[in-house]
Formats: sequence, structure tokens, C-alpha cells
Amino acid sequence: MIETRGLRKSFRSRAGRETKTVDAVRGVNLEVAEGEIFGFLGPNGAGKTTTLRMLATLIEPDGGEATIAGADLRKDPAEVRRRIGYVPQGGSTWDESTAREELVLHARMYGIGKADAQRRAARALEAFQLTEYADRKCKTYSGGQRRRVEIALGIIHEPKIVFLDEPTTGLDPQSRAHMWDEIRRLRRDGMTVFITTHYLDEADALCDRIAIMDNGEVVAEGTPTELKREISGDVVLVGLDLAATPQAAQALDGEPYVNKLETADEGGLRLYVDEGATAIPQVLRRLDQAGLDLRSIELHRPSLDDVFLTKTGRSLRES
Amino acid sequence: MKFARDTWLIFQRQTQLLLRNPVWVFVGVFQPVMYLLLFAPLLKPALNAPTQAAAYKIFVPGLLVLLAIFGGLFQGFGLIAELRAGVIERSRVTPISRLALLLGRSLRDVVSLLVQAVIITLLALLFDLRVFIGDLLLAYLMLALIALMTSAVSYGVALKVKSEDALAPLMNTVAQPVLLLSGILLPLTFAPGWLQAIADWNPFSWAVDGTRALFAGDLGSDKVWQGLTITAVLAALGVVWAARQFARSVR
Ligand SMILES: Nc1ncnc2c1ncn2[C@@H]1O[C@H](COP(=O)(O)OP(=O)(O)OP(=O)(O)O)[C@@H](O)[C@H]1O
Ligand SMILES: [Mg+2]
Repeated sequence: MIETRGLRKSFRSRAGRETKTVDAVRGVNLEVAEGEIFGFLGPNGAGKTTTLRMLATLIEPDGGEATIAGADLRKDPAEVRRRIGYVPQGGSTWDESTAREELVLHARMYGIGKADAQRRAARALEAFQLTEYADRKCKTYSGGQRRRVEIALGIIHEPKIVFLDEPTTGLDPQSRAHMWDEIRRLRRDGMTVFITTHYLDEADALCDRIAIMDNGEVVAEGTPTELKREISGDVVLVGLDLAATPQAAQALDGEPYVNKLETADEGGLRLYVDEGATAIPQVLRRLDQAGLDLRSIELHRPSLDDVFLTKTGRSLRES
Repeated sequence: MKFARDTWLIFQRQTQLLLRNPVWVFVGVFQPVMYLLLFAPLLKPALNAPTQAAAYKIFVPGLLVLLAIFGGLFQGFGLIAELRAGVIERSRVTPISRLALLLGRSLRDVVSLLVQAVIITLLALLFDLRVFIGDLLLAYLMLALIALMTSAVSYGVALKVKSEDALAPLMNTVAQPVLLLSGILLPLTFAPGWLQAIADWNPFSWAVDGTRALFAGDLGSDKVWQGLTITAVLAALGVVWAARQFARSVR
């Protein structure tokens, strides 16, 4: 659905007398399949928005190529525009207009006739639960309501692909959960959804596949599960009394499924294993044989933050 | 066809938003009326005109050109607000014509200027101004071209500088000498030679002279076609340049 090869963009910015060049995006290769929710995860300034703006024909790439829904980004940007929807990071509604007016206008900018545009607007208002506020000015909406209007704008012409730049930033947990449902609904309707986010849990829970971006480059790509498995396997936390800990360590050390073993100061063990689900029964059996009582056992799966950490040497939470 | 439809769409939207703003309607209508009522009594003695009507024939065209220049030049501020709200970015991802994004807005400015111009003319008629309808329509054409040019340039510059803080001083620096050197408020008939020579390089000076000639009923005057040609060429250049800014503007 989307294929990019070596997409590049640098900006020149002037700070005082010096001109500095910022390589915002340095050679991005991506493949996004039809009907998936593809996530772009990265810290502030990683180049997510810049990539999206290039794909949405808003800025011209310095180099590289892209095919979007079958249209060539460089040769036929007009066709790309017809096939995509784009919801910018910073909002796109006008204070003094109503949601209905914005929806009708936006549909008509795609060349849709007036009557059809009105029908589509009514349908979108209903789908996004906005009917109640439809004829109020946008400046009176809450952040979540306004974000829903913006997403409705992005899909009013039923594009094949919609780009959502940080659709949930600034929303409370409940509105975020609602937004996730809306986004899943778009996929159910057959749309390919490309979102950017810097929330780990969002990338993990919502996206079918993700690309992790840092400093203008894609550092990892795959399904969240694949990415997490790729790095470190699982960690099994074994809760034990302080007295029982050395014995347990002795019993488990050297077992073939244990890659590495650490003792916690307050008692208990951390076992690094390939696959938690198969390791846990064996750990339980071994401790039982040794006649040791355990207080708890817990499986800790690596998070996307661990993935980010291994790929970039920094934690996403810190950057 | 698509282009005309797109332009109409943007024009409609912009006009609708304008009419929704009562402050603008008030200012847009009453400001010129104030000029006419409060400035006019000073005119006859100041211009040394034989009658009030003669004074109006000189002052009203100048006032109208002034309104056309300023009405256009400061439209960029509205665009910067739209830019900030993301409305322009949202329009630019649709296949709508880039020229229509500009022209729809500029035509709104032209129409609102013409409404002001008609109000002023009607009022001036009450003060014994007399002008032939054909001449008047040509004068309106001149005003429309001026407003088209200044509003297009203002939009183009707004897209380039992207901030009110940069736009305001820029527009003022452009507007001030243009205004002083065009003989808009007082004709340059008695200006010293060097001032005349500078004014010859000011396109607005030609526009004012042309408009005055039309109000004087001097349709055959060279100043008329010269003024119209100069403003038409500049308006076309302004529109083409500004539409290109719409096509390529980076946030
Ligand atoms: N128009 C511009 N002019 C100059 N520099 C720019 C411009 N747009 C982006 N940049 C720079 O390019 C880099 C990437 O910015 P971008 O907006 O793509 O990041 P992002 O991943 O979307 O970040 P965020 O999560 O904060 O939205 C940043 O260093 C930014 O300062
Ligand atoms: Mg961004």
C-alpha cells in the first residue's frame, strides 16, 4: 500500500548568523501492507511528522521515492492526494466554523457534489458521535471532540490510506481508549491506517506493525511481538524468602533453559529465559524437587521501551 | 471548470465567515463613511477647489484607491491565523487547485472592497459628486485590480514569513512610501520636480491618476489606459507569484 525507498529531507534553519542544516529524515525505507494499522514510534524530533508530510505531498523530499496506493509520489502527487487522507498533528479546524460546515467543505474540496457532501457529513458526524455538537462552533469543543472532528475530516472522502499524526496526544485515558476504537473501526472498514505516536503502550496495543524511528532513521521494524522477542526473550521473576534464595539459585543455575540468573538483594531471583511460557513449569518442577517454597512467580515480557533501549542506547521515556 | 468550481467554493466559505463577524462588517462600512464625513469639510479650502463637488472629484478617487491598497495589504494576517490553525495544510492535502485557494480568498477581498466603494460613491452623490456610470464602472475595475494585487501579494508574503510579527512591519514599510508618493490623498500637481520623478516609478501613482481621470469624465485620457494596463499586469504577476507560494509553502 505504501512503499518508500530512501526518503530524505533536510531543513536549513537560521540561528542568528549561522545557517544550520537539520537532517530531519535520512533515508527511510518502509513497506506498509493493505488493511493494517502501521505505527511510527519515536521521540520528539525523530522525523515522524516530516516523513508523513512528505508522504502526504505537503513537502517535497530531497531524495528517494515512494509509491502510495499505487500512485507515484514524485510523478503524480495529484493522484496521491485523491487517494489519501491526512490529519495533521497540530489540528486543522477553524474556530468560527461548525463541524458540519468543516466536513461539507472538506468533502467538496475533493470534488464531491454538494448533496453528497452533506450526506457524508451527516454520516461521519454520527459515526464519530458528534451529531449533538454538529452545529456548534469548533471553538466550543473539548479537545477530544475536536480531535474526532479532525479525524472525520481526514476520512470524509473514503481514502484508501489515512495518515494520523499523533491522534491521541493530549487526550485523557478514556478518550484515548475511544480513539483507539475509532481507529480500529477504520481498519475494519478496509482502510490502511498510518499513525505516529510516542506512546509505547499505544504502539503496542493498537498497531499491527511498527517502525521505530530515531534521529531521522528507522532503527527497527516489525510486529510489536516480533520486535520484543528479537531482543532479549523473557524474564521470570521468582519470589522467595531471603533464606531460601541461595539454595534456589544453586538449584536453577546451569539449567539449560536459563540463559542468565540474578539474585535480588531482598531475596528472589531474576531468570533470563527465551520463552517464559515453557520455562515457568520447568522452574516450578525444579524448585519443587529441591523442596523449596516459593512466594510468587511472575513473567515479565520486554516492552517496546527495552527494544528502543537496545537499538539506540537510550530509553524512550527519557528522551 | 474544476478551477472555477474550486474558486467559488473557497470564495463562498471566506465570504460566509466574513459576514459572520459583525465587527468586520461594522468597521468595513463605517470607516470609509467617517473619512467622507469628517475629512470632506476640510477639502474645499485645502484643495482650493471652486466647489464642493470639484473637491470630491479629486478626493473620492484617492480615498477609494487608498482603501483598495490597505484593504488588500492587510489580508495576510487572516491567512496567518488560518496557517496556524492548520486549515491551509488541510486544504493543501486535497486535490483542490492551488490557484483557487488564493483566488477564492482574493476575490472575497475584491468584492468586499467594491461594496465599500459603492457605499462611498452613493454617499458622495449626496454631496453633489457627479460621474458617468460607464466611467465609474471602469474606475471600479481599476480598484478591483489594485485590491486583487495587494491582497494576493499580502497572502504570498504571509505564506513566506508565517508570522504576524514579521508581516506587520513589512507591510507598513511597503505601504508608507507607496502611499506618500502616490498623491493619493492630495494630488502631486504642485509637487517639486524630484518628487514627481519618484512618483513616476510608483505604480499606484498611475492608478490614482487614472481613477481621477475617470471621475473627471476624461475617458479619453492616456492616464486611463496606462493606469489600467499597469494595474492589470501587476495584479496578474501578484496572483501568479502568490499561487506558487500556496503550491510550495513549507509550514
Ligand atoms: N520546517 C522546518 N524547518 C526547520 N526544521 C524543521 C522543520 N520541520 C521539522 N524540522 C526539524 O526536523 C526534525 C524532525 O522534526 P519532526 O517534526 O519530523 O519530528 P517528530 O518526530 O514529528 O517529533 P514530535 O514527536 O515532536 O512531533 C526536528 O529536529 C525539527 O526541528
Ligand atoms: Mg510530529
